[in-house]
Amino acid sequence: MAGDSAVEHFIRAHRLRLIELLPWALAVLGYFEFEDYLPLGSQILIMILFALSLDLVLGYAGIVTLGHAAFFGVGAYAAGIYSVHASGEPLSGLLVGGLAAAAVGLVSGAVILRTKGLTLLMLTLAVASLLSAAANDAGFITGGNDGLQGVAIDPILGAFSFDLFGRVAYLYCLVVLFVAWLFVRRLVHSPFGRSLVGIRENVVRMHAIGAPVRRRLLTVYTISAGLAGIAGALLTQTTQFVGLTVLSFERSGAIVIILVLGGAGRLYGAFVGATLYMIAQDQLAEMDPIFWDFWIGLLLVLIVLFARGGVLGLADQVRLVIRRNR
Amino acid sequence: MLDATVSILFLGLAYAMILYIISVGLSVTMGLMGFVNLAHGAFAMAGGYITVTMMNRYGVPFGAALLLAFILVALLSVVLERTLYARLYGAGELEQVLFTIGLVFMSVAVVRKLWGPLPQPIALPAVLSGQIDLGFRTFPTYRSFLIAFSLLLTLLLWLGIERTNFGARLRASVDNRRMAESLGINTRRLFTLSFALGSGLAALGGGLGADILAIYPGYAMEYLVYFLMVVAVGGLGSIRGPFVAALLLGIGDTACKYLVPELGAFFIYLAMIGLLLWRPAGLFGRA
Repeated sequence: MAGDSAVEHFIRAHRLRLIELLPWALAVLGYFEFEDYLPLGSQILIMILFALSLDLVLGYAGIVTLGHAAFFGVGAYAAGIYSVHASGEPLSGLLVGGLAAAAVGLVSGAVILRTKGLTLLMLTLAVASLLSAAANDAGFITGGNDGLQGVAIDPILGAFSFDLFGRVAYLYCLVVLFVAWLFVRRLVHSPFGRSLVGIRENVVRMHAIGAPVRRRLLTVYTISAGLAGIAGALLTQTTQFVGLTVLSFERSGAIVIILVLGGAGRLYGAFVGATLYMIAQDQLAEMDPIFWDFWIGLLLVLIVLFARGGVLGLADQVRLVIRRNR
Repeated sequence: MLDATVSILFLGLAYAMILYIISVGLSVTMGLMGFVNLAHGAFAMAGGYITVTMMNRYGVPFGAALLLAFILVALLSVVLERTLYARLYGAGELEQVLFTIGLVFMSVAVVRKLWGPLPQPIALPAVLSGQIDLGFRTFPTYRSFLIAFSLLLTLLLWLGIERTNFGARLRASVDNRRMAESLGINTRRLFTLSFALGSGLAALGGGLGADILAIYPGYAMEYLVYFLMVVAVGGLGSIRGPFVAALLLGIGDTACKYLVPELGAFFIYLAMIGLLLWRPAGLFGRA
């Protein structure tokens, strides 16, 4: 019976499959094989975490946002300011970044999630622009246009200090991402995560069955903001610098592109998208610094026209065709 | 003080007119087909580059260069609309946003490759440079011309929408597309036409305002936020709404930059958030 198999699907969905360990195996392998590229590796891991946070909001809850960099930026600045004025201890810095971003997510979400469609899109963009303008104006604490100088981070747990080759930074990002992944994975397979998909697919029906739609959306918006803030804090701590670009419209746009490139609402789209995008950007920008965004743009147009599910969606289709032909 | 007020109003008005000419097409696109076209700024940018290049490289007069920009971009937009945009009507917002951001990326790269990263200087004709004496004080001629020309254009647009058969059909389609279709109005063709007109106007605004909004590769992204603000605050599918919104934004932004330069942009975004929360469908939009 179709109904039974659907139920079984949900019961099994949260069980860990072997293939889900593949990204981690690759990440550890990358540590040993690509020693010269570890700084890029850290950037990729940070973008994966950022994209993962966006996946909760955009992929699962279906909120289209053009202002997710707001939370990344708040986390980055909070962690930076914390290290300059309070303490260079990294783990508490992450916590500060995450909490600050979550607070901004909670407040802005409470205000803007009442709207929908284009208005909501514009409001997410306006919140990010507002914060970017504020960071630029408040030069006495953020460093304004010059960026925040003097970020110094203590050794992690008092034992592992950040080295020039980016080894510790890479492993640090990897561990944080792993913990975040465990959390997000648990979340999307929980009843809460399923209800988000319900809201995305049919909000009227979710209202009708009595689901507290607005509260669920606000909750996931806050959680996602916190995760994005942790990603931002990681960037600050590993690069020891914060600039205005952490809050830019370009970053908000890029992270949406990354997620859709990999495949939104699939948990692993963030991994595939961030890796492909960052490596492509690195290589293309090296080969053709003037023209590289043309290819990113073209890729985006082609994805929308021919591969709505991103790379992972394409993989699914290929698998389906193979199965049908067997 | 009075003098400063007059200056702010004057500069703000010129700025507002440019914003309106560029944004009004976007309002119709979004209102009629519900299409989120983030590439609208790229059309304005294309118009700016065509105008500047025609004048600087080929010595075409200002007026003819503007007309050329209007026609070329309108034609280009029809091609794009027929071949690409049309495939995404009825697709989700996210798809439309991504698709048009992709177009923006491509246009920015092409422009940077062909013209380089620096802003393009525009050499205004001698008639439009200098000052004009209006009796009680002098004003910059270029901006005065801009205001007069744009007001005339707005009047023509208003007459076209409110008083012609084409306008009536357009308004009917924005109000209720299905009903308009069942009355025999070909909304597809209507949309292609208004899309071309709106893109052409954006190009015209880009060229006309080249001295206010500098023509450089970042144009399509940087000013896009302003165009979107005009449309969102004004209300989708409205002709009058964006006009009021452009006035608010143009004069407000100029006043903030003049009076509180260190906090200028901050207030604009704050005001926009406030306005959209107060009226989510925009000032003149229907919820």
